[in-house]
Amino acid sequence: MAASMGGSTSASAVPATRVRPRHGAVVRATHWITVLCFLALLVSGVEILISHPRFYWGEAGNVLTPPLFRLPIPASRTTVPTGYGYVLPDQNGWSRYLHFQSAWFAVSAGLLYVVFAFFQGHLRQDLLPARADLSWRGLSTVIAQHLRLRPASEEGAGSYNVLQRLTYLLVIFVLFPLVVWTGLAMSPAIASAFPAAVAVLGGQQSARTIHFFVSILLVLFLLVHVVMICLTGFRSRMRAMITGWPNPDTE
Amino acid sequence: MSGFSRRKLIATGLAATAGASGLAAAAKLARHYGLIPPDGDGLYGPGETLTYAAQRILTRHSLAREFNPNQVSEPPFANQVAPLGDVFKRLQEGAFADWRLAVDGMAARPASFSLGELKSFPRCSQITHLACEEGWSYIAEWMGVPLSHILHVVGTLPQARYVIYRSIQPDWWESIDMADALHPQTLVAHGMNGGELPVAFGGPLRLRVPRQLGYKSVKYITRLTITDSLKQFGKGLGSASPESGYAWYAGI
Repeated sequence: MAASMGGSTSASAVPATRVRPRHGAVVRATHWITVLCFLALLVSGVEILISHPRFYWGEAGNVLTPPLFRLPIPASRTTVPTGYGYVLPDQNGWSRYLHFQSAWFAVSAGLLYVVFAFFQGHLRQDLLPARADLSWRGLSTVIAQHLRLRPASEEGAGSYNVLQRLTYLLVIFVLFPLVVWTGLAMSPAIASAFPAAVAVLGGQQSARTIHFFVSILLVLFLLVHVVMICLTGFRSRMRAMITGWPNPDTE
Repeated sequence: MSGFSRRKLIATGLAATAGASGLAAAAKLARHYGLIPPDGDGLYGPGETLTYAAQRILTRHSLAREFNPNQVSEPPFANQVAPLGDVFKRLQEGAFADWRLAVDGMAARPASFSLGELKSFPRCSQITHLACEEGWSYIAEWMGVPLSHILHVVGTLPQARYVIYRSIQPDWWESIDMADALHPQTLVAHGMNGGELPVAFGGPLRLRVPRQLGYKSVKYITRLTITDSLKQFGKGLGSASPESGYAWYAGI
């Protein structure tokens, strides 16, 4: 699931200029911008989180409010009762600056990618699963293959399987928009201009809690994605996402 | 091969030129319409400028959400403050009768108001959400004088662009642009949840800016300065927050 396309390519026999690269230039560029932004968002997000590692549901919540749950970690503020005897250093200043700047770059790259995906056929050719693959039979075959840890077959080379397609669609069109929406819903200014965007989520503290869980899902995706790349051939996957071609002789 | 590359090169060159001139034009427009924050230089300048400009365009006249009385947080959480000095304690012993709010800078009639005078001004109240940048929040009812009324009384000059406000606590000062200063929900608050504003929550006077995070709602305010530029105050970054690493604009 969620790695690059399976198997090695047999495109080396064909003149390179006539073959579609495995990843187009827009996909490659926006991929690496997203990688940088996601890591920055993750580090700064964790830094912001540890200033109040408690979560609530509804509009308001603070240390005098019963939490929905709390993380068993020390905090970077003395006002949070964590049960730990020490307080971590406050890193929220640069973390907040970096978080929002990275979010701007990530959203810009994401919009560029989505426009490209719609108009250049990337969505239709590479991401939307074939109707036949969406059957229970088609899905169970791929899931069984993954559970048996069988390496990607030669016939699947150069194309994503149905699980990869569904995973990428979920990440691109559900998780990324949701993490941006819940992030913006925490903003007091955005809440004043678009109150319904907060109300639908159940309140600003609910938005913060959902933001946390969606981030966890995105980190899980990242881990599986990287593990699959290592298992299916780190060098050719990396080369494909950097140069567009999985093998040096096809360039 | 070479023709394809040349075409590609020309297209890339044109796109880059268009992008660069577009950015330059956008920067000029942003400066003209006051959409660049005072801490809009440096490493995080692009992100801060995008956030401030986008939110100013989207939220210039939006009203912070108001809640029902049954949604007020009981009890609210009073954040830590640095120990209050002797001057504050002397004023507190006198029930803040001698507390004053001075207004200076770009005003036709600079003035200094006592707490009693401020309480005799038209007042309004709001039940709004106060969110800290750390992640916690509470809902409370705030009562006070709209800052716009005070700015009207002192005769704010038309070239004014920012209002600086200072706490009695040393080195604690902030500023907001005129969109927030003239906003109907921006209050010089002296009451909370139906009573006097408690000292722990910034009493006797706190500037309440409900469309920004809690650190813009400075406690124990004693002085307002109306200005057209923030360059000559402190390090020129707009307020004490950017000097300690926090963004000047806290709408997010």
